[in-house]
Amino acid sequence: MMDASPSEAVFMGMKRAGVDFVVSVPCVNLRELIRLVDADPEMEHVPVTREEEGVGISAGAYMGGRRTALLMQNSGLGNSINALASLNGLYKIPLLMIISHRGGEGETIAGQVPMGRLTPRLLDAMGIPRFSPVPQEAEEVVAGAWNLAQAGRTPVAVLLDIVFWRSLR
Amino acid sequence: MKRIEAISIIAREADSQGALLVGNIGYPSRELFAVGDRASNFYMLGSMGLASSIGLGLALALPKWRVIAIDGDGAVLMNLGTLATLADQDPDNYLLIILDNGCYGSTGSQPTCTSRRADLAKLAVGAGVSEVKVAATAGEVRSDMAKKGVLVVKVEIGNADVPVIELSSEEIIERFMARSAPSSPSS
Repeated sequence: MMDASPSEAVFMGMKRAGVDFVVSVPCVNLRELIRLVDADPEMEHVPVTREEEGVGISAGAYMGGRRTALLMQNSGLGNSINALASLNGLYKIPLLMIISHRGGEGETIAGQVPMGRLTPRLLDAMGIPRFSPVPQEAEEVVAGAWNLAQAGRTPVAVLLDIVFWRSLR
Repeated sequence: MKRIEAISIIAREADSQGALLVGNIGYPSRELFAVGDRASNFYMLGSMGLASSIGLGLALALPKWRVIAIDGDGAVLMNLGTLATLADQDPDNYLLIILDNGCYGSTGSQPTCTSRRADLAKLAVGAGVSEVKVAATAGEVRSDMAKKGVLVVKVEIGNADVPVIELSSEEIIERFMARSAPSSPSS
């Protein structure tokens, strides 16, 4: 699909991995992806109030046999760290995290910069694998990220920066 | 009513309903383990605040199962958005029980806001939860256990003298998922 948008490429990766349970906290760059998820009858979409809550709901859904993804901005990673360690880490619960990574090239909001800089290092410190694909490889990387999460029983992050969402294919 | 008495009733009713049961961090899970351990209990040993969310995720993923979560006042105050999300999803197969003793019972009984002005049942109503009940006696707990939504149970301060849970986190989730998701690759 050479004419897929970046959001469609991510969505197709989620479909290819069989993701069927998605929790979300919005980011402006996730708006098209959230619409695609919400419109898909094979995906249960649960909008949540805070990312940490979404980590808990996803853990429950995984224990109910579902393939789970959390859509959020990287600011939400900061809200989720204890849960990712003391719930997913402790019980070895997989989770695909599709993260809009703000604060880098093209950022216009100063408040996004501190967490934007810290995000890769926070993930590394937690031992959470992370990937930053370009749109052309996004479908494959997203599908592979869930497979890695399930096989390794760990959260896996796909970081998608401002340039990613602006790219045309 | 002592909290362990409420937990005993909940454990028996959950078992008779064939329900999946999520236990809150700290002494509540230890008391549940002591009075009614079963493979269909998930003991949440960390992630304070998320017992209600784990229960909601289970209920949404497994609409044919009955799911009950036991939470506490301090933990729900830490994740108040959970009440709005529960109301928004409104699953018929899920009951969130909040054992309200007005304090952080596992850390030295420091008072929570429910010991003064906060009212979790009213907060649940305000969040839009369709069925909200308050129980103070064993009989009320038993009869309200058939419901969905939120049940606030007023209990006394104090922990029972019960041992720590003898299971590892791996054992807890593996035996639980053998029930909840028997065809899952990781169960």
